[in-house]
Amino acid sequence: MTRFGKFFKQSRKKVSVWRMVTVEVKQVTTVKSKVTIKGTKEGLVFFMDDTCSFDELLADVREKIEHSHQQILSGPLIRVSIKLGKRYLSSEQQEQLTQIIRQKGNLVIHTVEADVITKEEAFAERLKTHFSVKVNTIRSGQVLEYEGDLLLLGDVNPGGIVRSTGSIYVLGHLRGYAHAGISGDSQVIIAAAVMSPTQLRIADVISKPGEEWTKHSGGTEFAYLENETMLVAKMNYLPRIRPELGEKKA
Amino acid sequence: MGIGIVVTSGKGGVGKTTTSANLGTALALLGQKVCMVDTDIGLRNLDVVMGLENRIIYDLVDVAEGACRLQQALIKDKRFENLSLLPAAQTKDKSAVSPEQMEEIVTQLKREYDYVVIDCPAGIEQGFRNAVAGADQAIVVTTPEKAAVRDADRIIGLLEREKVGMPKLVINRVRSHMVKNGDMLDVEDILDLLAIDLIGVVPDDDHIIKSANQGEPAVMNHESRASIAYRNIARRLLGEAVPLQPLEEKAGVFHKMRKFFGLK
Repeated sequence: MTRFGKFFKQSRKKVSVWRMVTVEVKQVTTVKSKVTIKGTKEGLVFFMDDTCSFDELLADVREKIEHSHQQILSGPLIRVSIKLGKRYLSSEQQEQLTQIIRQKGNLVIHTVEADVITKEEAFAERLKTHFSVKVNTIRSGQVLEYEGDLLLLGDVNPGGIVRSTGSIYVLGHLRGYAHAGISGDSQVIIAAAVMSPTQLRIADVISKPGEEWTKHSGGTEFAYLENETMLVAKMNYLPRIRPELGEKKA
Repeated sequence: MGIGIVVTSGKGGVGKTTTSANLGTALALLGQKVCMVDTDIGLRNLDVVMGLENRIIYDLVDVAEGACRLQQALIKDKRFENLSLLPAAQTKDKSAVSPEQMEEIVTQLKREYDYVVIDCPAGIEQGFRNAVAGADQAIVVTTPEKAAVRDADRIIGLLEREKVGMPKLVINRVRSHMVKNGDMLDVEDILDLLAIDLIGVVPDDDHIIKSANQGEPAVMNHESRASIAYRNIARRLLGEAVPLQPLEEKAGVFHKMRKFFGLK
């Protein structure tokens, strides 16, 4: 059989599966159940009721997986997305739920999504995208500490310290200490309009000019980590080295 | 109501006391009523530099403790009728006076004098806090050395938190030939780092040491280059626009000719 023929046969087989699924959906919605299964292009989506108790939900999922929906839940591999609605599941509860669905060898759990997150998660999420602008000269003996990314409009003088959990951007002369990613994030960078620091730190890597990297070129530069070593590059290399840096904030 | 000016530096030995003495005297020579206050309790020097050591009866600590009236402790300089000195105590230490007491004393002095020049001790501890307490303006003294500039930077950071506003900078003991050879930080480098207004550059001058030992402020001498620099600082403080003095000796015709023939 030619390669094209093989492909054609496969895709036809897939189409037949989807037709069956859509038929099923009608049946499911007529019975008022805790779990609604829908077929989409990407695979099956399990919509979980978010008003019943967790035990009821588990029972219904088990019922569907083990008894009533045998025909669609067998056959080729199907990607499954679980939508929890406004129900918050702890990691143990999530494990319980996915365990049941995984019983069927052909169901691959792709995502588990809920519309709600805990306050802690929300706070951490906010910090990740948190961006502060500070207008100041950080002089010897002064410490500027921030959570999230920091844009400093001013110089950091020798003996001055800037620390942040995110990236540090200095629109001025960086002559002092800068420590980005103080809680361990190694993907962050330290950028400065004029880079001649006393010492740079990213996560737990410490670097002094003249050791790992030579003196500054005079232009805008940034420091980043690669394989646990700190490197300094000109700003125009940033899109190649850390293309994801800007997307996180969007 | 007068103005309280604190002269500070962070690092020791950069010329705070010399600057205080000469600035105070220069202001007095310009017709202002000036009182100098030495806050370096335990290591007083201003009286020695001014040659008034033997006239001390009461001191700053006595005034703060109420052992005497403020007027009794003030020493009038006989050479300049506009100039007085409030000396520090030599037997106590910095904790003998509190910032509140200092503020009170300086406020009293400001009622009577146009300028109260406060000589600050080295360091950033109690002595510094005392000196800054009553001041309205600050002058930061530094020398063209990395360590002195670093400490000046620290002091400027601390002054930003006080009510003294943006301090003014005096760069002391500049050696023009070393700057020219690139062996010494130049004025531009220092200003670039500290980012505050410059009010004067004082060249290194042997005459300063001589006059301090004689107990006569250098500004009394009209030929000393440092003396002219200090007079200019005083004039700038009074709001006059005085251009910066060239640091090098002006080359004469003879010198130029020798240079032309390649002899130098």
